[in-house]
Amino acid sequence: MYKFILKRVGMLLPTLFGVITLVFFMLALSPGEPARVILGERANKEAVEKLNAELGLDKPMHVQYVIYLKKVVQLDFGRSIKTGQRVIDEIKSRFPATIELAIFSMILASVAGIFIGVISATKRYSLLDYVSMFGALFGVSMPVFWLGLVLIIIFSVNLNLLPTGGRMDIRYYFVPITNFYILDGLIHFFKSGDLGVFLSAVTHMILPAVTLGTIPLAIIARITRSSMLEVLKQDYIKTARAIGTPEHKVIFKYALRNALLPVITVIGLQFGMLLAGAILTETIFAWPGIGKWLYHAIESRDFPAIQGGIIVISTCFVLINLFVDLLYSVINPKIRTE
Amino acid sequence: MSFLKLFKSENVANNSESIWYENWQLLKKNKSAMFGLYIIIFFVLIAIFAPVVAPFDPYAQNIDIRKLPFFSWPYILGTDDFGRDILSRIIYGARISLVIGFISVSISLIFGSFIGLISGFYGGWIDKISMRIIDIMLAFPYILLTIVIVALLGPTLLNAMIAIGIARLPQYARIMRASVLAEKAAEYVEAEKSLGVGNVELMFRSILPNCLAPIIVQATLGVGSAIIESAALSFLGLGAQPPTPEWGLMIASAREFVSSAWWIVTFPGIAILFVVLGFNLLGDGIRDVLDPRLKD
Repeated sequence: MYKFILKRVGMLLPTLFGVITLVFFMLALSPGEPARVILGERANKEAVEKLNAELGLDKPMHVQYVIYLKKVVQLDFGRSIKTGQRVIDEIKSRFPATIELAIFSMILASVAGIFIGVISATKRYSLLDYVSMFGALFGVSMPVFWLGLVLIIIFSVNLNLLPTGGRMDIRYYFVPITNFYILDGLIHFFKSGDLGVFLSAVTHMILPAVTLGTIPLAIIARITRSSMLEVLKQDYIKTARAIGTPEHKVIFKYALRNALLPVITVIGLQFGMLLAGAILTETIFAWPGIGKWLYHAIESRDFPAIQGGIIVISTCFVLINLFVDLLYSVINPKIRTE
Repeated sequence: MSFLKLFKSENVANNSESIWYENWQLLKKNKSAMFGLYIIIFFVLIAIFAPVVAPFDPYAQNIDIRKLPFFSWPYILGTDDFGRDILSRIIYGARISLVIGFISVSISLIFGSFIGLISGFYGGWIDKISMRIIDIMLAFPYILLTIVIVALLGPTLLNAMIAIGIARLPQYARIMRASVLAEKAAEYVEAEKSLGVGNVELMFRSILPNCLAPIIVQATLGVGSAIIESAALSFLGLGAQPPTPEWGLMIASAREFVSSAWWIVTFPGIAILFVVLGFNLLGDGIRDVLDPRLKD
């Protein structure tokens, strides 16, 4: 067991090193000089050269690379070209918004997905099964950004029920403590008895969470269904039924627990994907998270910001995948022997 | 690996045609796969005959008929903010989306399979190095990788295709490598080796055909996701540029009118939904035929 963990964690460092290196060379070899981006197209040659020297871009590539590595290890990604702020501070201030959105999308997708999957599997070949599996297929075939806009048209424009974007009604002025607005709203409620901030945070969350959660929901529903069907075929389930165990107990206590093994893996992997997938959802709903921020950085060719953003998101992705692997090996001992 | 057995008979060369025929017969019985295939054929026909089918010129602007609502005859799906017929633009958009889908999948299919084949067959340091690179690529969420590659190459349709192709390539390499490893141990490979068959011939003529099944499934499903991804890139301004009638771009350009002209946003999205649904249905069907293990 420890050997497996050590081996798996040991693989982490070379992978992260590879990611950091690849990001450096992708940006270093890409067309467009950062100095030109900062100074504008009409800047004269001397100014560009001077700035290049200041940014260390006049040094040979391998020297730049070593300096870059040293800085990245200290989480120093330099300053954003656009705002002049330290990139790491910009990321820190926006990350909670993305995490909050991803967590709520995932809760929604997991609960609904597992529920639909179980119902489909137990009522196999029923109308309900066909409808939910066809719905799941629609879910994975849909462009997320389009779904977001359609939800805005229906729920914001026509029914006027939910806000079109942002995290909080501008009427509310409050000082965020955790930067997870729903949590902050609760804290605010306990302090002042005013539920408005909390409700505003929740209503702003609904549409983005549904949009971002649709694809994982569909995938989780499909995996749960096939995994449940696999488990329900097994002898111990037949035995449980034969000795007269109530059906709900068979399904939820005996079958679901084993069927959830592959589902947990999928949930973990999807959560990692969500952090990156949030780029589209955050852009549509003006959600002030890291996805929208990274998108604007890419748009304005803000190299230090792009570098920092990609490295942070990919590192989270790798760490989440590692965590899922380890978790899976804990709950399923078979995998460790490989 | 039961799907491999479907292909692995002693005399592959003589039998292969009948195996493909048999699989096709099985696939034909799968109603939802056939439905998917019909959707694809429908869109392919529309794309090919776009100039004949489309009622109007997709680029023709007319300020007198801006934002005509859904069902304003003869503009069946209405017009956009430049007075262009939405139906005609969707029809021409099918050309772009299908081409992007097929080309980007071909890129990942060809290069990914090649890498997987070489590294699985030769093993050793070739395998170690290429799999390390593949692992690093997989450490990026592919949506992010696609966006970054296209942002660096420059926002054009061609670059979008290349970016999608590269970002998806690791999956094909992994699948191919796994099949090759399983196949390499088979007796017929040993037999051919002992008969003095060369490495290249062994790889491409004996092993490759037996490893195609999972790759075909991946590629079919891949066309659908490539279409969604290219639309997403265009939506973000990183793919097709105006006035190209690309579906994602059509949705993006109508964003500011969601409150006044819902039809401009809605219909291109429905087109994407159906074409992708077609590839997903077909892909699932092909998987059921080639890999009965996964059938439920």
